[in-house]
Amino acid sequence: MLRIRRFEERCAELYSATKIRGFVHLCIGEEAVAVGVHKALADDDAVVSTYREHGHALAKGITMDAVMAEMYGKATGCSHGRGGSMHLFDRDARFYGGNAIVGGGLPLAVGLALADTRLGRRQVTACFFGDGAVAEGEFHESLNLAALWRLPVLFCCENNQYAMGTPLRREHANTDLGARAVGYGMRSMEVDGMDVLAVEAAAHEAVAHIGRHREPVFLELRTYRFRAHSMYDPDRYRDKTEIESWKRRDPIPALAASLRATADLSDSDMDKMESEVTAEIDGAVAAAEAAPVEPESELTRHVYTERA
Amino acid sequence: MTGTEPATTEARTVTLTYREAMRDALRRALADEPVFLIGEDVGQYGGAFGVTLGLLEEFGPERVIDTPLSESGFVGAGIGAALGGTLPIVEVMTVNFSLLALDQILNNAATLSHMSGGRLHVPLVIRMTTGAGRQLAAQHSHSLEGWYAHIPGLRILAPATVEDARGMLAPALADPDPVLIFEHGSLYNDKATLPATPVPVSIDTAAIRRPGTDATVIGYGGTLATALSAADQLATEGIQAEVIDLRSLRPLDDATIMESVSRTHRAVIVDEGWRSGSLAAEISARITEQAFYDLDAPVERVCSAEVPMPYARHLEQAALPRPSDVAASVRRTVN
Ligand SMILES: Cc1ncc(C[n+]2csc(CCOP(=O)(O)OP(=O)(O)O)c2C)c(N)n1
Repeated sequence: MLRIRRFEERCAELYSATKIRGFVHLCIGEEAVAVGVHKALADDDAVVSTYREHGHALAKGITMDAVMAEMYGKATGCSHGRGGSMHLFDRDARFYGGNAIVGGGLPLAVGLALADTRLGRRQVTACFFGDGAVAEGEFHESLNLAALWRLPVLFCCENNQYAMGTPLRREHANTDLGARAVGYGMRSMEVDGMDVLAVEAAAHEAVAHIGRHREPVFLELRTYRFRAHSMYDPDRYRDKTEIESWKRRDPIPALAASLRATADLSDSDMDKMESEVTAEIDGAVAAAEAAPVEPESELTRHVYTERA
Repeated sequence: MTGTEPATTEARTVTLTYREAMRDALRRALADEPVFLIGEDVGQYGGAFGVTLGLLEEFGPERVIDTPLSESGFVGAGIGAALGGTLPIVEVMTVNFSLLALDQILNNAATLSHMSGGRLHVPLVIRMTTGAGRQLAAQHSHSLEGWYAHIPGLRILAPATVEDARGMLAPALADPDPVLIFEHGSLYNDKATLPATPVPVSIDTAAIRRPGTDATVIGYGGTLATALSAADQLATEGIQAEVIDLRSLRPLDDATIMESVSRTHRAVIVDEGWRSGSLAAEISARITEQAFYDLDAPVERVCSAEVPMPYARHLEQAALPRPSDVAASVRRTVN
């Protein structure tokens, strides 16, 4: 969580310094969701994410160097500079986006799980999306298909209470999001997304259920983003006291405090972690700065698959 | 209006950005009861690009309606509301997201009049942003207005100037058929000084934005600036390019285009869409059909590279039509 938090804080600085451009959506405040769910996944499970995916990508094992270089638009980025912040991909890590169309990843997750099932593999596909995506038709079509075909999809709804500037109560007639999944005959679970241990436990249980019953599960993670929707958003629609009250539940100090209480974590452990993370980020930034850009002559590559 | 209005009465003018001009047009439209505005984050947030800022406070939540992320649902609802006798202005954040509503726009809005033998009409306006240039990568950067211009039953407008941004909405709303207005994302901060009271603008005819004698450069929306900047460059070399702003992409104003080409004998089309099957391809075909014997050189097209728009700035710039590309095309046709 610390690694993701500090990485994104650096990204915000680099955005202000115009090193990183485009739309950048930070998950600061939501790290427990990314980390807790990934703890319950195997390395070869597939993950589908949105434009707010730095945390998912790092938790899935894409190297920080590859992510940072992508933010810089460099040739060494995980998408060769074509994707930027919103479009991180890594086939080896089975990380399939990085999708900037709200709801666009859900049908892909259904298809990835369909492929696993057809090919006799036991993997799970975890699909992250926001509360806003629940209003899209693609959400409903995907849940129905996954339930109908009994596919191993873990639908991870990151309910951070807002779709851009629209609060939950003004985007949904029924704010009980899990009720949608139940409507498709799917098991639905909800968990405190600010508590990484609770997220991990819930995700473990969900993955075990998927494995046992060969059917999808809907997991609602109640969380909050501490920053604006994107670096471009003036954040005029949220009450500062609301933001402050969620910040008091910051998942990183919360975990640190509980580990300190059981003497599993000391101040020097924490300092050591901070300096390791800083060194990793410094290294990624230095590598991204030094990395080459794709030559302009390569512009039209990768539109079609290159054949030998 | 956030622009500055001088106090004197005669020849009153106002300086507006493209964004403010569009907002002013929306405010004037909303003064009429059957008109309402609907879309994602148009109310409380003030619009993803700030166009609708303040309208919720002014007109209330019955007239400025925030919707969930349900493009097919709320665009379709707008079409139904138009059938039902109201006048919706639907904002879709960007043309990229309008693809989720393409079914409603094509299979309902564009076709109901014809399928009903002229008994049904769909008078609504759908506004959306389009275009690249801000390093937003493929899913936020495409120029798909040419696709919409392919569809009979729709009228497609592309205001390229602050004046058109303010002036096109009223005639679009007065049109009994569905009108789509495409606002290029890079235009919102453009500024101009206009008469304080809007002068009606045409949504039928193209405009000659710069007269010239040696070649006709045809642009629209975001590519008008590219065409004009190329013309500036060419003027220093003694080449006088005439620049046409299409304004309406469907129907196309063939008369203005052919009249110009018959004088300059050369045509270069600047289109931010992809070259294959583009609006530029259609215009080129029409020039060949209607003005072939006036041409002294093959028609040239300057379009976006045939690639999903990349994130990295240098690649994005290389993919887009640049003034230097336009100037090079014009030089080729002249020499
Ligand atoms: C189909 C589509 N419509 C609109 C947008 C613009 N947009 C991007 S993110 C967003 C909010 C999504 O909210 P939510 O699903 O709750 O996810 P969060 O950003 O809160 O993580 C909107 C409206 C988009 N990218 N795609």
